[in-house]
Amino acid sequence: MTKVKGFAGLLMLIACFTTSPGFAAGGGTDHRSADIDRDNVNSLQRGAANFMNYCSGCHSAQYVRYKTIGNDLDLPDEMLVDNLMFNAEKTFETIQTSMPAEDAARWFGSAPPDLSLMARAKGADYIFTFLTTFYVSKDSPTGVDNLALSGTSMPHVLWELQGYQAASFEHHENDDGSVTTSFEGFEQLTAGKMDSEDYEAFVRDTVNFLAYIAEPVRSDRRKLGVWVLIFLLFFYIIANMLKKQIWKDVK
Amino acid sequence: MARIEAEVGKPKGGFMKWIDDRFPFTETMRYHATEYYASKNFNIWYVFGVLAMVVLVLQLVTGIFLTMNYKPSAAEAFASVEYIMRDVEWGWLIRYMHSTGASFFFIVVYLHMFRAMLYGSYKKPRELIWIIGMLIFFVLMAEAFAGYLLPWGQMSYWGAQVIISLFGAIPWVGDALVEIIRGDYSISDITLNRFFALHVIALPLALIGLVFVHIVALHEVGSNNPDGIEIKEQKGANGVPLDGVAFHPYHTSKDLVAIIVFLMIFCAVVFFAPEMGGLFLEHANFEPANLTATPEHIAPVWYFTPYYAILRAVPDKLWGFILFGLSVLLPLFLPWLDRARVKSIRYRGWIYKSALTGFVITFVALGWLGLQEATPTYVLAARVFAVIYFAFFILMPYYTTIDKTKPVPDRVVYHD
Repeated sequence: MTKVKGFAGLLMLIACFTTSPGFAAGGGTDHRSADIDRDNVNSLQRGAANFMNYCSGCHSAQYVRYKTIGNDLDLPDEMLVDNLMFNAEKTFETIQTSMPAEDAARWFGSAPPDLSLMARAKGADYIFTFLTTFYVSKDSPTGVDNLALSGTSMPHVLWELQGYQAASFEHHENDDGSVTTSFEGFEQLTAGKMDSEDYEAFVRDTVNFLAYIAEPVRSDRRKLGVWVLIFLLFFYIIANMLKKQIWKDVK
Repeated sequence: MARIEAEVGKPKGGFMKWIDDRFPFTETMRYHATEYYASKNFNIWYVFGVLAMVVLVLQLVTGIFLTMNYKPSAAEAFASVEYIMRDVEWGWLIRYMHSTGASFFFIVVYLHMFRAMLYGSYKKPRELIWIIGMLIFFVLMAEAFAGYLLPWGQMSYWGAQVIISLFGAIPWVGDALVEIIRGDYSISDITLNRFFALHVIALPLALIGLVFVHIVALHEVGSNNPDGIEIKEQKGANGVPLDGVAFHPYHTSKDLVAIIVFLMIFCAVVFFAPEMGGLFLEHANFEPANLTATPEHIAPVWYFTPYYAILRAVPDKLWGFILFGLSVLLPLFLPWLDRARVKSIRYRGWIYKSALTGFVITFVALGWLGLQEATPTYVLAARVFAVIYFAFFILMPYYTTIDKTKPVPDRVVYHD
């Protein structure tokens, strides 16, 4: 009985770690929950289109092949070629950007990072927060700053969709003279093509796609894992019977 | 049991005789398996030795397959790992098994060592087994450290930077030593190459050799048991220890069950939580090594953090390094620090029981603290726990002498 309890305890421990990602990406704000559904193929397909239309102009995903996306998201080759592959000829090619990295670094201060693994390095919540919290800032050369990554060199690429918003901050002086700044809220300055609900759904799909390309095999491994554990359970029952048989005479 | 012995005693002919005339196969099998007697009252703590063997084999096999596609160069290492994860058939499984195996190696080895502390397995006549075991642990730490650089992620790079620079604290030779380890003025392609050589050839060879010697020494003396009784002192008319059962098929059949349970937990991690929330695969390591940007928070992988917390608790660099080294080395002297007359915790007094409980809490607490950022509160806590950690070892000759022990029975306690 104690063995069973111990085993159950271990499984619960693992469960804790599977459900709490525990990211420590900086920026100072609590990240908003991306609330993505990683098994939703429609969301991933929309996310793929969003990525190709709005991100891939500047960002590569150099470890990701179009063919892999096609296989995993039920997209036939013609659809890949017609709708997603803007600067690639063959479906086995990886997602590259046509913007030279040196030029990009000169234009923006730093080259746009590759996005293959961004969701694993920073977390989906971080990216969701990043893409929804651009606000107008006079001090920045791009005219905007960001709550998740302050001082970012990325312009507000999605301004057409979201419009521009202003952020209000409260400055609070502490007893030791230091100043704590806390974020109070956003105020919409110009309207975008989308209302805030649609825009968040748009970002959610995009983040979902980024989470998918960070580990394309994720859904396969989880499906396989169930079968592996079922097999081991049967093996356990047989091995336990064998052990009992062999030990039955030991007094 | 009688039937098995009858079969073993049967005169041989044919193929087995041909083999045995040229190689001591049957003799070796008897000595190490069918006629190696270990106590029948082994509990769950006695499975971690065999589990460590299982993990060792897993690491060797998955490691061999990883080297078939991994490129040990600063320019290609990170991309080659992603290539394994995405484009190599079943590469993701091999890689996750290897990365999860590294953490599980330490889990089972720590539990294996704790078993020895519970039941006094390091005490006379098993001091050498313990020392060889500690050498295995040191080699394992080096092996894990070298392996962690290979994916060439941010944490690989900066973690190695922090740990290697520690050797610079040694007076006179420190800087030269650091240069020798790196093979360069900073961690570079050259460092990666030599760590690869150490990780795939030198250290595994040492590991396998030491494990072999560990088992030879164990089978010479015989396994300890939860009662800390020498079962060889109570033999039956046939010369077999009364409390012993043959390793094969008795303990092997029990171990098989343990191995399957272990594999279930192992596979649960591999298939459902390979990052283990950033403990087994750190988030920052999904960014390629960047020599110009340090990650926000550098922490070694969890299995090094108890010692790392001690290192950070000391304000002086040299003394930090000395105490860090000492915290790793001290368990080596347990056979002589522990003066109790009895081996097993079952017959020890409250003092040792409390001391060991305190030690476990301390070790876990230091491990947790080593993962956190070094805020003043945490550093203070780490100092307190570091003092307890050292006190456990240094005061041991005293408190194990005055601790009241209970009488040890002649035969092991066995419940079916």
